Amino acid sequence: MSNAEESRVRVIGDPSARLFSRPGNRTPAKIVVKDLNAFFGKTQALKNISIDIPSHQVVAIIGPSGCGKSTFLRCLNRMHEVGGGTMSGSILLEGENIFQYDPVLVRRRIGMVFQKANPFPTMSIFDNVAAGLRFNGLSNRKKLAAIVERCLRRAALWDEVKDSLGKSGVSLSGGQQQRLCIARTLAVDPEVVLMDEPASALDPIATAKIEELIFELKQNYTIVIVTHNMQQAARVSDFTAFFYLGELIELNATKALFTTPAKKQTEDYITGRFG
Amino acid sequence: MTPKLSRYDLWRKSKNALMTFLSILSGMLVILPLFMIFYYTISQGIGALNLDFFIRMPKPVGEPGGGMANALVGTAILIGLGSAFGLPIGIFAGIYLADYGSNPFGSAVRFLTDVLSGIPSIVVGVVAYLLVVLPMGHFSALAGGVAIGLLMIPTVTRTTEEMIRLVPHSYREAALALGVPIWKTTLRVILPTALKGITTGILLALARAAGETAPLLFTALGNRFWSTAIGQPIASLTVFIYDYARAPFTDWNRQAWAAAFVLITLIFLLNVVFRIVTRQRYVER
Repeated sequence: MSNAEESRVRVIGDPSARLFSRPGNRTPAKIVVKDLNAFFGKTQALKNISIDIPSHQVVAIIGPSGCGKSTFLRCLNRMHEVGGGTMSGSILLEGENIFQYDPVLVRRRIGMVFQKANPFPTMSIFDNVAAGLRFNGLSNRKKLAAIVERCLRRAALWDEVKDSLGKSGVSLSGGQQQRLCIARTLAVDPEVVLMDEPASALDPIATAKIEELIFELKQNYTIVIVTHNMQQAARVSDFTAFFYLGELIELNATKALFTTPAKKQTEDYITGRFG
Repeated sequence: MTPKLSRYDLWRKSKNALMTFLSILSGMLVILPLFMIFYYTISQGIGALNLDFFIRMPKPVGEPGGGMANALVGTAILIGLGSAFGLPIGIFAGIYLADYGSNPFGSAVRFLTDVLSGIPSIVVGVVAYLLVVLPMGHFSALAGGVAIGLLMIPTVTRTTEEMIRLVPHSYREAALALGVPIWKTTLRVILPTALKGITTGILLALARAAGETAPLLFTALGNRFWSTAIGQPIASLTVFIYDYARAPFTDWNRQAWAAAFVLITLIFLLNVVFRIVTRQRYVER
């Protein structure tokens, strides 16, 4: 790591969470979360979360229901505010605090895939993928077609739908719909992709496809995935964060966290003693 | 094996049979008036209907024959004016209530909209008279359009709100997560998804507007001559029905039936056409 890189990491990194900027770990942080608190009205859903999300890696968030995993994810692209939630603290995307920007601009750089596949029901497969670009003003048919194809390929869906791009997005199977939603998210060219239990409603084969896809996607994107499924976290992620009751209990390289958890609560959870 | 029914079981079963019978009977009674209306207007109206009805003007009193071409055009103009005035306000108010209306002002708007929909149409006509006819100094199609628009607003507002609320939140979130501004999300994702329901609401409002008579009596007034000027009194089917049905001339009575038949057919066709046009291109599995 060059000196310049090192100093950059130090500047944007949180001194208390040095994990990713340790010597030898060549993954500067894409997102730095510092002292994040999130609320629904007066209920506090997240307490003082500080975490670095390394660039071009997959970070899995695990924890029992209600621990704040989804809330954390939704804070990262400011979707938390949509439902009327509030937050404090700071989230730096490449050193810039996302709270100082228009949430619309933040969401173009940090895309999101939801738990339940939600293709727009009035649109065709093509239009679904093109939606984000069209709504933001791109109307050149050729350019759109090229981007749609590229994103469908990246989402490993192209071969299955290339002859039926005009068909309804909701005519696809559940797993295909989810990959369509991933393609739709990729089309606006985000740097970070957030995934909220993207495979929890899918059968094992479709799940395997999504997991394979996540592995492919990290070459181009930084990925944060919330999952209920610890095997999935172990399979797809480079780093895993364990949340419990709104707090970040432990964060470590996935292998280390699952084999030698540092905290008692983490161990209890991954061995199935609670949650 | 037939277990013996106790007296209690028999009593329970007969109650069930009675109630089922009563509910089926009520169901039939609900559709009976509609069939009667169809039957009478068709049987009475179709005989009086001929090409003249559509292309001729009303004849002077005492002369047989003639038609209601001006009333057909007049009704279309009145509905058009009412829509131009009522639909935008109704749809935008509905969007407001659904998206931003979770506050005291929104509740007030919602409540008052419901009150407005319960106000007798003749009172709305009086208000339009005060608002438009008095300042203008004479009856006009414009005044009729305002009255009809006012009557359309509550239906359109409430249906738009309800239909937008029915669109699953996940579609809104999906669009927002793509970095689409809220207003564009509403316009390009939510409204198209809710379109079918909203159109049904608009249709209900249009059908009601087409059938209104009372508020037109002292706004659009009616006109026995050809006029398409929105600043002048204008003929309408309903006012013609009102006038002709009360008249002591058999020929006029027959024409009133014909007008009623045409009006009902128009509303029916309007329904069919809208349903075809707004049929959802994609059906959810």
